[in-house]
Amino acid sequence: MNVISRRRFLKISGVTAGVAAAGAGVLKGSQLLSSSDVMKSQGMQRIPTFCDICFWKCGAIATVKDGKLWKIEGNPEDPLSRGRLCPRGTGGIGAHFDPDRLRAPLIRRNDRGKEEWVEVTWDEALDFIAVKMQAIKKSYGPESIAFFSHGIGGNFFKHTLKAFGTPNISAPSFAQCRGPRDVGFRLTFGEDVSSPERTDISNAQCLVLMGSHLGENMHNTQVQEFAEGVGKGATIIVVDPRFSVAASKAKHYLPIKPGTDLALLLAWMNVIVKEELYDKEYVKRYGFGFEQFAASLAEYTPAWAYVETGIEPERIVETAREMARFKPSTLVHPGRHVTWYGDDTQRSRAIALLNALLGSWGRKGGFYTPASMDVPAYPYPDYPKPVRGKVDNPDHRYPFAHETITNGIREATITGKPYPVKGWFVYATNLLHALPNEEETIHAIQNLDLLVVIDVIPSEIAGWADVVLPESVYLERHDDLNVEWFREPFIGLRQPVVESPHDQKPNWWMAKRLAEKLGLGHFYPWKTIEEYFEQRLSAGGYSLETLKKQGIIRGAKQPIYFDEGVPAEFPTPSGKIEFFSLQLAQAGFDPVPRYTRPPAGPPGSFRLLYGRAPVHSFSRTQSNRILSDMMDENEVWINADIVRRYGLKDGEYIRLKNQDNVISNRIKVKATERIRPECVYMVHGFGHTAKGLKHPFMKGASDAQLLTRYSVDPLMGGTGMNVNFVTIEPEATHG
Amino acid sequence: MARFGMVIDTAKCVGCMDCVVACKTENNVPEGFNRDWITTEVHGTFPTVQMEIRSERCNQCATPPCVYSCPTGASHVHDVGGIVLVTKEECIGCKACIASCPYDARFIHPEGYADKCTFCIHRVEAGMDPACVAVCPTHCMHFGDLDDPNSPVSKLLASRKHHSLMPEAGTQPSIFYLT
Repeated sequence: MNVISRRRFLKISGVTAGVAAAGAGVLKGSQLLSSSDVMKSQGMQRIPTFCDICFWKCGAIATVKDGKLWKIEGNPEDPLSRGRLCPRGTGGIGAHFDPDRLRAPLIRRNDRGKEEWVEVTWDEALDFIAVKMQAIKKSYGPESIAFFSHGIGGNFFKHTLKAFGTPNISAPSFAQCRGPRDVGFRLTFGEDVSSPERTDISNAQCLVLMGSHLGENMHNTQVQEFAEGVGKGATIIVVDPRFSVAASKAKHYLPIKPGTDLALLLAWMNVIVKEELYDKEYVKRYGFGFEQFAASLAEYTPAWAYVETGIEPERIVETAREMARFKPSTLVHPGRHVTWYGDDTQRSRAIALLNALLGSWGRKGGFYTPASMDVPAYPYPDYPKPVRGKVDNPDHRYPFAHETITNGIREATITGKPYPVKGWFVYATNLLHALPNEEETIHAIQNLDLLVVIDVIPSEIAGWADVVLPESVYLERHDDLNVEWFREPFIGLRQPVVESPHDQKPNWWMAKRLAEKLGLGHFYPWKTIEEYFEQRLSAGGYSLETLKKQGIIRGAKQPIYFDEGVPAEFPTPSGKIEFFSLQLAQAGFDPVPRYTRPPAGPPGSFRLLYGRAPVHSFSRTQSNRILSDMMDENEVWINADIVRRYGLKDGEYIRLKNQDNVISNRIKVKATERIRPECVYMVHGFGHTAKGLKHPFMKGASDAQLLTRYSVDPLMGGTGMNVNFVTIEPEATHG
Repeated sequence: MARFGMVIDTAKCVGCMDCVVACKTENNVPEGFNRDWITTEVHGTFPTVQMEIRSERCNQCATPPCVYSCPTGASHVHDVGGIVLVTKEECIGCKACIASCPYDARFIHPEGYADKCTFCIHRVEAGMDPACVAVCPTHCMHFGDLDDPNSPVSKLLASRKHHSLMPEAGTQPSIFYLT
């Protein structure tokens, strides 16, 4: 209920912002234009667009020299990049030149997974797909087609598939990534953390990172703000079993036992409540059920937490007091990839509650309220109403899943229940690396009548497809407008900088053409994508011409904190911050977070942890020759003492064997003092096995291959993946 | 006379390699080679660990052994900012400079000449920062005139603890690391 009024407030202010901004925007645009005129005289063109190497969507300016793509830099007008791209973005031009990329539409000519293809025309490929889709619709209904997507490029396929009549639209970014966090915060504050996160890192006087490895994880604006915080002397507290880059900047590094973060959070809250260090006025004014919550913390003393976490009680007390000293400008970062142990929603809720105690939600240096421009959606016809509900979550067994559960679709595809799933469309997400347990994914694929993969590279999932549709990389295509919810409102445009080198096409073209072949052409009343932009932008009072020149149209800054006039509204059932959650109690879950010790692994094994490197995005960039030149394979981080005890050497190749006897590709040992002895760590995305990925083929090991086990979050269906254990196998026995 | 230098704040650097990537695209550095790189120094035993991350490159030494060892004069001190450069047409690829450089900053370009960081002289002369400095998302890198006491780099050196690499080699590096 409150959502509406708050959204309306934002919407109205967004309109005002747009009008106010237009003048300033034109000035900046002309500056950009004049500099590009100079460049043109030297055979150079500078074209604004936004990046797609990750989902952050940073505004960028690409430079083309004598018709050849030269470089790409941050657009100074863009609030996300603030004029500076991250290393992946800077190396993004390598995606255009990647010799491994997909070149023409492919239809499978042998068994699935054999990666044997016939090159076909676009019409042949799309006709093949349309015929199969109609057959599936006839036998099983349109709901039997599911979509897996990642990033803004999936928008038009989403549209076509909704028009076809399926509600099964999913993205691994929910159940394999940020889902538990968003559910935990919704249950507490009534709202998501959203993406880009509404974290006010640059103004935080105390920043707490729990497993978030900013600096290795290059979400551009966050890293920039983090460095700003370091420069300003913010107190940084890092909790991680690994001495991350962020840990090296921290005043307090807490080397926690993996899987015990919730125990630490509860102990911190125990101290803050017991010592009455919380923001009493804020809690009293906005809190619901504080008394019951406070009482539930009594057992979670620092001495108790020491046994679980390995963090000394005095350090727990000291860091709790540090957080309280800087409240409300203390930000306990909610993280992003938080599908770790299966209790992730409750852990995220504990993070939300700690922030609530510190009064940081809605406050400077905590969580701000994002704003957006008012750009209406395209006035499409209404989608047909699916006869059957979504397939992923029958009987709402995961009652707090507010997005579609990818692994739920996979399960339904295997079991045929609650109804059969016979077609998958996979856009720009390598499901075999994104979902845990490859075998289940392959089992599901074997039950399909149609698997379509749309991507720029021949990923592992593409290898299992019936039809592969080669997409133009982001530097060669338009995508949907980026109407971002952020610290300040803006619109971003992605536009082609260079032409596709082969027979690749943009997603919007494929999605539109497919819709036409399905008899759904009326869902695409526009002829060119520019017509689509024009319609949406003019409805909001903005000019496409300006946007094409500038890449970005900014709105005026909005109030973003409660203190600046943002209404303190919490769209929870009580309308308040829910320290005690009746909706959780009613659904049979703990109304306040409670700790359960995570199960230990087999004796002599190491818990497998994984994360990011600053120069790669998921398993999507290893064939980019600029980025592979920075990091060509991953290493397994092993505590130096363990390496000595095993008689191994730094840089030596080993293999890892997991609890289900899955053996990894060979991987180099990184002997290091930067990790606890009971766990090992590797960067995600390596160990490619797809034949078409010639450059990264079999370089490094794939964590995904070793993630055969996963622990499902009972609240929202997310897959906790830090529950796998490995032993060290000498390479000699396998090499 | 100006003496160009860099001051790099190791407290802010996260070692993301954006400087390396930007140099690569700006200067078309061929695959398999880089003009700059990241060094991570780790001291201590888990969990009591200290770490310094540094963006490194040619130190643009005021006493450059590479220039002294070059038999053809290809390696030379540029008249702007004291930058050490290589005239590729004059380089015979003998590798004497590579052997003499204590920082291992040079490599033989596939086209046969010694190559290394130029401080992006083509950008600097157009009034821009070197590509690595301009791209850095943490703003940890600063470029300027070390001989001008009022330049931001000189002010940083005057106000913060710093060190340079292998000062004992007597090369007088122009790159300084704030700690």
